[in-house]
Amino acid sequence: MTQAVKALPTAAEAKLAADFADARKVLPGSGAVHALRTAAFDSFVVAGLPSRRVEAWHYTDLRGALREALPMAAQPPASATSALRVRLEKLVPRIAGLKTWRLVLVDGYFIADLSDAAALPKGVRVMSLADALVCGDAAAVELLAARGLGESDVALALNTAFMQGGVLVDIAQNTTLEQPLEIVSLSSGAVGQAVYARSALRVSKGAQVTLIESEACESMTAEHRNCALVIAVGEGASVEHVFVPAPLASGSTYVASLMTTLAASANFNSFTLALGGGLLRRQAFMRFDGAQGRGQLAGASLLKGKDHADTTLIVQHVAPHCHSREYFKTVLDGDATGVYQGKVSVAPGAQKTDGAMKSHAILLSDGASMNNKPELEIFADDVVCGHGATVAQLDDDQVFYAMARGLPKEDAQAMLLEAFVDEATDRVENEALRAHLTTLIGAWLSARRS
Amino acid sequence: MAAVQETVDRVKSVDVDAYKYGFVSDIESEKAPKGLNEDIVRFISAKKNEPVWLTEWRLEAYRLWLTMREPDWARVSYPRINYQDLYYYSAPKNSPGPKNLDEVDPELLRTYEKLGIPLREQEILAGVQERRVAVDAVFDSVSVATTFKAELAKAGVIFCPISEAVHSHPELVKKYLGSVVPVSDNYYATLNSAVFSDGSFVYIPPGVRCPMELSTYFRINEQNTGQFERTLIIADKGSYVSYLEGCTAPKRDENQLHAAVVELIALDDAEIKYSTVQNWYPGDSEGKGGIYNFVTKRGDCFGARSKISWTQVETGSAITWKYPSCILRGDNSRGEFYSIAISNGRQQVDSGTKMIHLGKNTTSRIISKGISAGRSNNTYRGQVLAQKRASNARNFTNCDSLLIGETCGAHTIPYIEAKNASAVFEHEATTSKISEDQLFYCMQRGLSAEEATALIVNGFVRDVLQQLPMEFAVEAQKLISISLEGSVG
Repeated sequence: MTQAVKALPTAAEAKLAADFADARKVLPGSGAVHALRTAAFDSFVVAGLPSRRVEAWHYTDLRGALREALPMAAQPPASATSALRVRLEKLVPRIAGLKTWRLVLVDGYFIADLSDAAALPKGVRVMSLADALVCGDAAAVELLAARGLGESDVALALNTAFMQGGVLVDIAQNTTLEQPLEIVSLSSGAVGQAVYARSALRVSKGAQVTLIESEACESMTAEHRNCALVIAVGEGASVEHVFVPAPLASGSTYVASLMTTLAASANFNSFTLALGGGLLRRQAFMRFDGAQGRGQLAGASLLKGKDHADTTLIVQHVAPHCHSREYFKTVLDGDATGVYQGKVSVAPGAQKTDGAMKSHAILLSDGASMNNKPELEIFADDVVCGHGATVAQLDDDQVFYAMARGLPKEDAQAMLLEAFVDEATDRVENEALRAHLTTLIGAWLSARRS
Repeated sequence: MAAVQETVDRVKSVDVDAYKYGFVSDIESEKAPKGLNEDIVRFISAKKNEPVWLTEWRLEAYRLWLTMREPDWARVSYPRINYQDLYYYSAPKNSPGPKNLDEVDPELLRTYEKLGIPLREQEILAGVQERRVAVDAVFDSVSVATTFKAELAKAGVIFCPISEAVHSHPELVKKYLGSVVPVSDNYYATLNSAVFSDGSFVYIPPGVRCPMELSTYFRINEQNTGQFERTLIIADKGSYVSYLEGCTAPKRDENQLHAAVVELIALDDAEIKYSTVQNWYPGDSEGKGGIYNFVTKRGDCFGARSKISWTQVETGSAITWKYPSCILRGDNSRGEFYSIAISNGRQQVDSGTKMIHLGKNTTSRIISKGISAGRSNNTYRGQVLAQKRASNARNFTNCDSLLIGETCGAHTIPYIEAKNASAVFEHEATTSKISEDQLFYCMQRGLSAEEATALIVNGFVRDVLQQLPMEFAVEAQKLISISLEGSVG
């Protein structure tokens, strides 16, 4: 039964409204930016925090999880830089065998002094979100607004309203970056705060870039993160993207949105490794604006305890002759809950679309549960689209086979799980990155064994 | 591509403008005043001479309905229905309760003859063993005839209009009515609970295999009437019944509402097979007129090892909102859903199933084939759920859709929820990904990938069609040749 009766604002909703009233004067940007923030916040006021009654949030009750609205993170003072540098080296070690150019965000704020900004090659321009919003360059604002992607999503609207930190990266035409860019999100360790960051990467025609999002969080107290990344892949450009959200303390909520547009013949390959921690909602919106684009969203979620991880994807085929792949693996232990919602929508005229979506889950315990909702919405007749979803436990025969060859049960299970998840990580092209992800997965599996 | 062309032709032949059953019978009828209020509910109840408990049950449903809102989550759109602008009761005059067929209005008999539904019990010709079907014919709001009652009674089977069962078997009706679809279930089911007029009641005693197919044939004739029938089928321990349902309506320019409720109960080791060929008037090619088919159908596999199987061939209705479901409550119970949904013109179909696994070792199977043409939209929406206790639940789902033309839409919205580690759920929506093992097996024996796929897909289509009883063979035959070549999820 659908009830349209609007509930009274929760304490968190009321606090957010008060926060916005205070913050709107000090948040960076004026004019168009101000209008963007206000419109987004108004849509939040009308809809409220998403609950199970909102179809797109059916399995993740953000309204229930956000009992209070935490105060917005403040910009770290310049005096803290050296202490933060120590913290950065300790918490976010360099990826083995891979040199990267780091762009460091602390509580969402871009800190140039901690970043490798000076070392960046020609053709790469970096600017903090605040600077971009203040200067109000129309192209930058439009890029950040990512119109038509996730517009009805209230959590994303909150990010639009409150966005306070982040970094904008511009890659010039035909630039090929020799080493990956790495956006490192570090938490300053301040207790109980909310982080609203939005970053953007514009990759111009023919450029090639690998972008890693690394995160570290050491805090034992709950925090609220609501971050967004916009990636505009230009004509014939190619982007590989790997995102490893930090496992946050229990009671935390993390909404991470990715909005991608692909121009003609663009290539985009994104991978997310979710290792649990509180409530995580990974939502990706991808739109094919030009013909012959190829896009892939892949990922793996390894969850235990009371982890809740939600992967929600919306892939819009607007242009013809595009190719999309979604491939996700979920391993659930303890009382964890996994959610996979994927929607591939093919607009009229987007002929010759080739779309395939897969979600596979393994349940390791009776307390774990998995919810799959692969969705297709097709308005063109000459397309090949499909989806597959499975939920099962580890195959006893396979475990037995491995044990018969002398492996202890735990090792046999770990080996099979690793193989299961590897099918997803195999989709990452950069070898060193793939090895990095395998190491993280191996660590999760051995922690489970001990 | 010959097979695809054949499919295209086939779908064209079931085009909305070619609707054969659109005639109107000129039969005088008695109607309740237009609109809905407590008095109308009392009027319907009084017409049926119902006991007080049922009148109260209806009124309670009506009061609840007033507090509810029409659901809007389905992918269908239509102008708001004015529920006060409908007749909630319409019965052919001379009825109710003709003693035998000779008393039935001959015009009415002619109507059913025209529809190809024999209401006279056929004589068995010497040497010719014809298959017989017992028919309950529901015309607008009342059941006009039920055939083969005597023969069924010999086997202990009760097959009669529900309005009669209320009097003849009150204990059964009272026990099971609303037990599967509660009064508060959803907007249309609640409305139905308040104003249901007639429908079929079936009870199969323990250990009895129903000697013939049972069938109900629904016909809407009057203008501006809604049809709200209620079907209740109880299969007692170890029994078996196969039940068929067919429906047609005249061509009219305005939309008509059909909000039925079907409840099935299967006790230990019982099996119910429920088949529907839904052929309500779909409206013309511009979307004018047609039936709004808002139906709640649910089966409760109450007993251990019970089985409920839904088979539907959906070709009619302007809007279909229908999710025949199974609650797999008994251990080792099994639910099945086989569906072919064809939409054309401006039809909107939002249909699917729910398989709710509650008991241990329960299995379910969903095979759905959607074909959309013209400017229609065809949505499969289904849920498979394993609750915590449902150890070893198994589900296999396969839904395929085919689009013909650039202006139609095909959508798939499955909800797959596993709360038990030993549950194994598989959901597929492409013909090429049926099962790698099966493909491999066939290819190992020398078939190409395409041939292997075709072989397996044909096997699946046959699965749906084989579920249909012989009596629907003719209609099913039309659909047998529908190929799934070139289909999309």
